[in-house]
Amino acid sequence: MAKFFTKEHEWVEMDGAQAIVGISEHAAHELGDITFVELPKIGKSVKQFDTLAGIESVKAASDIYAPVSGKVAQVNDKLEDAPELVNQGAESEGWICRLEGVDASELGALLDAAAYAKYLEGL
Amino acid sequence: MGYCPNTPDEIREMLAVIGAGSIEELFAPIPAELRAKSFDLPPGMSEFELMRIMREKAAAGGAEIVPFIGGGIYDHIIPAAVDHLSSRAEFYTAYTPYQPECSQGTLQALFEYQSVICRLTGMEASNASLYDGGTAVAEAALMSLRITERNRVVLDASINPLHREIVTGYLHGLSAEAVEVAPDGCCSNLKRLIDSIDEETAAVVVQNPNFFGSVQDFSELAVKAHEKGALLIVSGYPIALGLVASPGEMGADIAVGDGQSLGNPLSFGGPYFGFIATRKRFIRNLPGRIVGETIDNQGRRGYVLTLQAREQHIKRHKATSNICSNQSLCALRGLIFCASLGKKGFEELALLNYDKAQYAKSSLAGVKGVSVMNAGSTFNEFTLSLPKDAAPVVEKLLASGVAAGVPLGQYYPGMDNALTVTVTEKRSKAEIDRLAALLEEALCS
Amino acid sequence: MQLIFEKSVPGRSGVRVPLSDVPKASPFPDALRRKEPVLLPEVSELDLVRHYTNLSRRNFSVDTNFYPLGSCTMKYNTKVTENAGGLFAGCHPFLPLLPGGERLVQGPLSLVHGLEQQLAEITGMDEVTTQPLAGAHGEMTGIMVIAAYHKARGDERRKYVIVPDSSHGTNPASAAMAGYEIVTIPTAPYGDMDLEQFKNAMSEEVAAVMMTCPNTLGLFNPHIAEICAIAHQAGALIYYDGANLNAILGKVRPGDVGFDVIHVNLHKTFGTPHGGGGPGSGPVGVKKGLIPYLPTPRVQRKGDGSFAVEAHPEGIGRVSDFFGNFAIMARAYAYITLLGREGLIEVSEHAVLNANYIMARLKGEYELPFDQTCMHECAFSASRQLQDGVHAIDIAKYLIDRGFHPPTVYFPLNVKEAIMIEPTETESKQTMDLFIDVMLEAARIAREDPEALRQAPVTTPVGRLDETRAARAQQVCCE
Repeated sequence: MAKFFTKEHEWVEMDGAQAIVGISEHAAHELGDITFVELPKIGKSVKQFDTLAGIESVKAASDIYAPVSGKVAQVNDKLEDAPELVNQGAESEGWICRLEGVDASELGALLDAAAYAKYLEGL
Repeated sequence: MGYCPNTPDEIREMLAVIGAGSIEELFAPIPAELRAKSFDLPPGMSEFELMRIMREKAAAGGAEIVPFIGGGIYDHIIPAAVDHLSSRAEFYTAYTPYQPECSQGTLQALFEYQSVICRLTGMEASNASLYDGGTAVAEAALMSLRITERNRVVLDASINPLHREIVTGYLHGLSAEAVEVAPDGCCSNLKRLIDSIDEETAAVVVQNPNFFGSVQDFSELAVKAHEKGALLIVSGYPIALGLVASPGEMGADIAVGDGQSLGNPLSFGGPYFGFIATRKRFIRNLPGRIVGETIDNQGRRGYVLTLQAREQHIKRHKATSNICSNQSLCALRGLIFCASLGKKGFEELALLNYDKAQYAKSSLAGVKGVSVMNAGSTFNEFTLSLPKDAAPVVEKLLASGVAAGVPLGQYYPGMDNALTVTVTEKRSKAEIDRLAALLEEALCS
Repeated sequence: MQLIFEKSVPGRSGVRVPLSDVPKASPFPDALRRKEPVLLPEVSELDLVRHYTNLSRRNFSVDTNFYPLGSCTMKYNTKVTENAGGLFAGCHPFLPLLPGGERLVQGPLSLVHGLEQQLAEITGMDEVTTQPLAGAHGEMTGIMVIAAYHKARGDERRKYVIVPDSSHGTNPASAAMAGYEIVTIPTAPYGDMDLEQFKNAMSEEVAAVMMTCPNTLGLFNPHIAEICAIAHQAGALIYYDGANLNAILGKVRPGDVGFDVIHVNLHKTFGTPHGGGGPGSGPVGVKKGLIPYLPTPRVQRKGDGSFAVEAHPEGIGRVSDFFGNFAIMARAYAYITLLGREGLIEVSEHAVLNANYIMARLKGEYELPFDQTCMHECAFSASRQLQDGVHAIDIAKYLIDRGFHPPTVYFPLNVKEAIMIEPTETESKQTMDLFIDVMLEAARIAREDPEALRQAPVTTPVGRLDETRAARAQQVCCE
């Protein structure tokens, strides 16, 4: 499946019925060295664009918003001890969590990779 | 004069560079209608005249009264080195160590301070200080709300009533609930505290020794709180921690208190410092500044303000607290006090407080009609039951130059006859004996 | 440098504990006793004194270095006021709370009352409380007072506090601690809160607007009276963050302008030392209608001229244990008394003169985003230097090598690569000229050898420290 992006720099990718969520390479680069990822609680339900998690670097703290509605099924607990994984691969091993009960039609409100790249050029 | 060094010639040169004709011209952006309508202050004076006024005020400050009062603030010895070292201008005229390379003095001292607080309280992570004891208890309560995502705090009513007022005010603003549990005599009512913890309780807060002077074991309370997913917050008196089991040993999650007794003079209410320490897993929920160890670009050890993303200057309204300036210099005094006494001296000091208080307790209990109300152990404070209202007795003894204790009637309805007496190492046997004699005299008349 | 714990030798001690003159008590019960003594360092007094003396020498401070830290007013701390503050060391704060105790502490009580009166006159407010222990604590207290005022009027709709995006982070954080939601208004191209957006955000659900004036760019907001009027029209109150009061002493009184609540930072405007990050003191002043909601207790002057501590039943309760950071308040009272009316006016005039002088001399080399007469501080941007890959932080670190404490950098947030300079009134032209020369030199090096700035500082005991490592390792006390 392809990744979809929000204008707030989260990405989401469907994996079967679940959605994998993370922040974009661009966001990770902007934040600098990540020092902490505040992972959501498993079982937490979020609506699309609600605050889902938090992320910190030395000089900044940002909210991570849910790119789609759903319930947190799994979190990337490797980030607890190794938040630098987000810097190393924000769109791969630095994923944040998996959501279940997702309505794939919500992806329509997001940007595809090409549109996101274009959006970044305009920033 | 305002300690402004520039001469009229220099001012002219500066104005020429600026391109302004006068200093007043620089205030032109301020519309005329907004100018001050009044600024009615007396003319200035010399240092010498100033000190005469200040000395007059200080002379009428009650410093000659022999204090057998505490109320959270204690008259302890302060080693001379504390004043001398904390008066180093490099410490007291610096500010927040935002530029670590030229602030290693303050930063390392605060790291040492945090280490001392952890060792005193039996905790794993301390911040770099809070304002005072009362606001420290309040910040701990707020911290428990964040950690547990609950909205109710159980407060033992044998906590310092001034502190409880502050906590209640802080919680009120956030629409969180504070439930007070009345003491059982002079002790915390452990059973009722345990019964008050429910699934909505963020924390139960106790003080050890409590406002009446009683020392208790809160280990079981910690276990019961944890069973319900609540935290235990213990407010402590640092000098007592030379002898009394630490909050950490009792299983507390957050330890707080007022650090005044560690090398800070009475000074009519401040500045003192509050301390707060917790378990490592809660470190991100601590309020205020934290100093951390790291290395520089050549591998040399150094110290920086760390975990700043919790704080107001980055996280703004989502910060763990609004605190910015803390009580750094007072914390430094606390550190130097502790390092000056050292491991052995600190314990000796605590024992001396205990011995003197025990002596006073038996002397005063020997006065006719007087008895000790504390059911169990005490440290350097205890509560007496007098045969009559304690307030007029205290007033009478003040006239003899002795502050006999804190009468409890105004804080605990129905305890009008109760008097809490504090005996630090500074009180001599002669002073204690005189207190007993004066008390006897006052009660007989 | 070693930690004090690393200098510890078992059995050594620094100071002797007094001998006991009472009989040894029966032992403290084991069940309540700590398992082992507190592991404090064991050092001789000389080792202790050398350790902390040498540590102190690793600090820059006002008494050793020019310290133009914007928004912090790092003025010279007069020595006589230090002496004055120390006079009250032996006064117990619980004495006036005892029956008959007030008459024994008339001196310090008169000082609390006197300082409140001085500050009320200086700020144009009707009454002042000295209880808040720092600026942010004053903000929270002020907003709690505002909340109590609305509540007493049965006005429960108000749930928002408005702050400009250039405000100190403490403003939104303090309002949030008092239970409010925050609305942030961006800065307009003219350098202050966007008036149109402010008007749109204003409603009957807004409890308060928090303003810093002059603002954090050092500019006096020409619309400030209008902002006050708009807030009042909607029933909101307006809060003055006194961080920048040094610019307007004797020139403008926030109370006259229309502000309802103010906090002042005694450690900024009134010459009390900053202590390496505190203690500060943040008294709060209010207009008449808000007096009932000030915290308890109040120090009142009675008919016979004596001073009493009185409960304040309608108030927001207690925000600190006693009367505030008293020994700091004593220094501020002494400072105001020492300088007097003319001295305080001279303070603001010279603070503004000095800042404009530095601004005029640096604006050729550094980008000045808002080129207009400033008040007590000026905010530059290192955006020109950034073209050579030099950041504000690199210039700051170079200044350290040249013996100057850096200005505030990266604040306010609405200026990219901000360098905010506040010289204060107590600096001489000579000192400022030396600083200006080094700033100009840094701009030249940024063009010619940017790497040299990125390596700075090289003269300090440690170089640039790895903050990411610190945040990840969380080593906050020694093992």
